[in-house]
Amino acid sequence: MTPTRGTVTMSDEPAIRLTDLTRHFGERTALRKVSGEVPAGATLAVLGRNGAGKSTLLRILATLLRPHDGEVALLGEPLPRRAWAVRGRIGLLAHDPLLYRDLTARENLRYHAGLHRVDESRIDEVLAAVQMEKRADEPVRSYSRGMVQRTAIARAVLHRPHVLLLDEPRSNLDPGAEALVEPLIGRASGATRVLTSHDPQAALAEADLVLALKDGRAAFFGEPRALSTAALKDLYA
Amino acid sequence: MRTALVILRKDLRLELRSLETVPAMVMFSVIVFVMFHFGLNTITVKGQEAAGIFTATLLIAALLGINRLFVAEREQGGFDAFLLAPVDRTALFVAKATALYLYLTLLEVIAVPAFKLFLLGPSLGGSLPGVIAVLALANLGIVAIGTLVSAIAIQTRARDLIGPLIGLPLQIPSLIGTARALGPLFAGHPASAPPGKWVAVLALYDVVFALLAYAVFDFLLED
Amino acid sequence: MAPPSYSRGLRGLSLLTVGVITLALALVFFYAPLDANQGFIQKIFYLHVPLAIVSLCGFVLGGILAAIFLRTGDRRWDMRSYCAIHMSLILSVGGLVTGSIWAKASWGHWWVWQEPTLVSYLIVILLFATYQPLRFSIEDPERQARYAAVFACTAAVFVPMNFAMVRLATAYVHPRVLNLEGGNLPGPMKLTFYISLLGIALLFATLMKFEMTAKEARMQTRRLRRSLLGDDAVTPLKRSAAPV
Repeated sequence: MTPTRGTVTMSDEPAIRLTDLTRHFGERTALRKVSGEVPAGATLAVLGRNGAGKSTLLRILATLLRPHDGEVALLGEPLPRRAWAVRGRIGLLAHDPLLYRDLTARENLRYHAGLHRVDESRIDEVLAAVQMEKRADEPVRSYSRGMVQRTAIARAVLHRPHVLLLDEPRSNLDPGAEALVEPLIGRASGATRVLTSHDPQAALAEADLVLALKDGRAAFFGEPRALSTAALKDLYA
Repeated sequence: MRTALVILRKDLRLELRSLETVPAMVMFSVIVFVMFHFGLNTITVKGQEAAGIFTATLLIAALLGINRLFVAEREQGGFDAFLLAPVDRTALFVAKATALYLYLTLLEVIAVPAFKLFLLGPSLGGSLPGVIAVLALANLGIVAIGTLVSAIAIQTRARDLIGPLIGLPLQIPSLIGTARALGPLFAGHPASAPPGKWVAVLALYDVVFALLAYAVFDFLLED
Repeated sequence: MAPPSYSRGLRGLSLLTVGVITLALALVFFYAPLDANQGFIQKIFYLHVPLAIVSLCGFVLGGILAAIFLRTGDRRWDMRSYCAIHMSLILSVGGLVTGSIWAKASWGHWWVWQEPTLVSYLIVILLFATYQPLRFSIEDPERQARYAAVFACTAAVFVPMNFAMVRLATAYVHPRVLNLEGGNLPGPMKLTFYISLLGIALLFATLMKFEMTAKEARMQTRRLRRSLLGDDAVTPLKRSAAPV
């Protein structure tokens, strides 16, 4: 069950490939026949109103939800069948920081390092990268929201994931902190990224590809410049 | 196994810091002993009656721990964090069951002397090793079912209700076995051993439900 | 779209059930001899024991169907498992009431702790009675199905374990007038008993088939309305313990 780590052998296989991905919740369809490909190292921005299916898509890519129909391949591995093979190579940063409030940042990271079999020296590395070393031994519940978010980012990149799934990654971060986390979750990270944002313009600016979701359907998939202002407006109408 | 240890360490650290489970279980059991004293209007109990009171109290106190077993995972994203890691799903079951076993053992370390102090008439003396053996075995069954029930109940709306509702009937055979095995030990005969039949039955019950819980636990995690 | 498979044979099965139950009642009242010790009241045995046996088998069947659901992930198995447990619950209440009446008539008490079969039966019913509240308190239908299935499997394994434990734990105070499995019954009683058992089993099968047919029909109507009139034309399902 240990995933292969270190060398990335992806050749020309896209990092993410969706073919008619469909997911229901009971009788409601959250995603309907969504397709698209994201090459390795590229950034996909997922746009859409609240409830359009953005979080569902991220959770499916994170192997936390099963697709009901269609195919999903992540790093060349079909989901959910070979989910275990990619799990250690995904970093998820969602609304929930996935941190225990009664543990300190360091203890939380040590727990995740244990789960992902990451060397403990990496903990200091990521703590330093988000400038949380000073407060690292205080419980998470005493942190401000920005600090929680920084710690959550440290957690998400702890195991050097190849794919980053970022749901509103910059929420609660001030400009200084945004610059700080850029090497970790920005383009410089080198990872294939899927991100959502409350600010579509900012998301478009850093994206190579855009997936626009409306009521669970893909209203647009392609390069950001091909997405017209009218279409973007219609998306949030 | 390594993963289970990682989770267990985290759970014990959380429990040590918040002290939400074990102290509550201990206080609860002592309060129930006092309630039995007044409810039965008696100074001491012995034999099968004592075993019944003790086992029922133990099971109900265990429910407190069972209800809280997965609360941190549910409320603070622990399930997602665990599912994102490239590890065997069963590790979570093993870790939680071990944690619950430790909580129960701690509870008994205090509840047995407390029971002797407040209610039990005959001296435990020579039958103490027997009591320890029976409880060690009883805990296994409580833990196997308790962990499974806890994982089911945690995702329901009325989890404080559903947990005991499902859990208690499932624990009745465990209650029968434990109470009947403890009965002779609480009767005051010097150095008596627990009845072999009930120890064997209890062991069989433990094995069946441990295997079953192990087999179906994974289904409670995927979505 | 699949044809409405559940309704096939429903009419024949219903008629057969009516026939066998009529035959069983006729045998009970006109053929089976009066019991020497208990007299007429003993005849409730022909209702109580089959109800108990069929409902217990129904619980276990529900567990098996739930296990198939867990293996295949096909929601229809969950629906079948639900119907089996639902019907068993209804029959088991009948079994409990008739058992209680029988106990009052032959032993003078509405409830006898000394009868291990009755006691374990009560425990099993108490356990399965939580099946519906459990389903109801999980809103996501998929999770509801999965969790209910895990519960049903566990509870099905629990049934024999529980019977063994309670039987071991009970000291026989009352002489067992009749062996409940019908092992040492005289011939006419045995025949009547087996026909009654068959009748109740058929009743269970018919009721379960009815419920499955109704659920299947409801699912299909909703699917049809959805595809013909669009998603908004179908009122969303209310929060429910039932799979459909």
